Amino acid sequence: MDAKVQYLLRLGDNALVLSQRLSELCGKGPALEEDMALTNVALDLLGQARLWFTCAGELEGRGRDEDALAYLRDAHDFHNVLLVEQPNGNYAHTLVRQFYFDTWHYFLIGALAQSADARIADIAGKALKEVTYHLRRSGDLVVRLGDGTALSHEYTQTAADELWMYTGEAFNYDAIDEQMVAAGIAPPAATLRAQWLAHVGDIFAEATLRMPAPDAWMQKGGKAGRHSEHLGYLLAEMQFLQRAYPGAAW
Amino acid sequence: MTAALDEATVWTWLAEVADPEIPVISVVDLGIVRSVGVDDDSVTVTLTPTYSGCPATHVIEAAVREALQAHGVDDVRIVTQLSPAWTTAWLSEAGRQKLKGYGIAPPAQQVIDISGLRGGLAAAVSRRAGGASSAVPSVACPHCGSTHTELTSQFGSTPCKALYRCRACREPFDYFKCH
Repeated sequence: MDAKVQYLLRLGDNALVLSQRLSELCGKGPALEEDMALTNVALDLLGQARLWFTCAGELEGRGRDEDALAYLRDAHDFHNVLLVEQPNGNYAHTLVRQFYFDTWHYFLIGALAQSADARIADIAGKALKEVTYHLRRSGDLVVRLGDGTALSHEYTQTAADELWMYTGEAFNYDAIDEQMVAAGIAPPAATLRAQWLAHVGDIFAEATLRMPAPDAWMQKGGKAGRHSEHLGYLLAEMQFLQRAYPGAAW
Repeated sequence: MTAALDEATVWTWLAEVADPEIPVISVVDLGIVRSVGVDDDSVTVTLTPTYSGCPATHVIEAAVREALQAHGVDDVRIVTQLSPAWTTAWLSEAGRQKLKGYGIAPPAQQVIDISGLRGGLAAAVSRRAGGASSAVPSVACPHCGSTHTELTSQFGSTPCKALYRCRACREPFDYFKCH
């Protein structure tokens, strides 16, 4: 498969899987405002996933549209980072996952908006405003929870520590990522990682949270299709209709 | 078709197509109609989505198609254009006034997110750090006009709105976010 198609699928998969995770909380948010925010962020990510998938499908030229790519692939054909498939834990856990993702997503999408590939730049330019809003919100909330009560601080710190090992994969570039960098399509890993660490560091300092060690051992595999068991369950629910009634349409 | 079709006429028809989520403004007021092209009996309308995930996008496309067909145009082509990305600066002045009359505060300042995405983020950080609210636009209550208002939720009933509350008249209201 063409490297650019694979790279586009990774972008789409990250957005789709996190969107599905957030959608699980629809009607279950800890407060009405949070419920609306989670589902609106999910909606933005879903819209972005559709744009990436449509682009990937057209470039691939095998007739796969956004629905085929979302519903007719099994877990090993998904290339999202492991972070986004982690289950929703307590609310601090959900928010820290979002904050880690949003920070990376913001700098990545910002760079892709300047991509040498015009179509990728257009989609990213559209998504950038949404992604910026997401990061402002999740950063604000990490500060409020981290610098909140003793209990909220403890939960947030625990979440920050537990999810840390899933944050390195995004900056662990393989041959496909490097090809995109060489073509001027994607930003280099070192740049993104430095921006990510700096922003997470700023927010954690304000949130009175202890930043885990940047050189800690990091989990990986998602980009290559090796996932945690969580993704299978997520897909089983998301893809149920097409599995039970292949080809069902509106 | 009795008279030859011209672009200006199509624009007046489109000005009657209401936004499905905020029916008080038209798709033209909203600034999402980027261009209209007329070629004999076929009309091409170029639309840009407000938000990537806006669920109203398809409904808007269908409404545009339906409106033109009602005026006798059978060959309607809808083109989706992502770039340049839609911004609330494209809301027409008439649209802003209509929003206000409907009880939705129009975007307070134009294009914060475009003029400085990084700046916007830095402003949010300094605001949290106790900085003055100079970077935060003051949102006027659409009911009483007071700027003594506060944000209650960053997201509202649709992706394009946030929830506010007026401290003067105590009414809650929707704010059309700057985007």
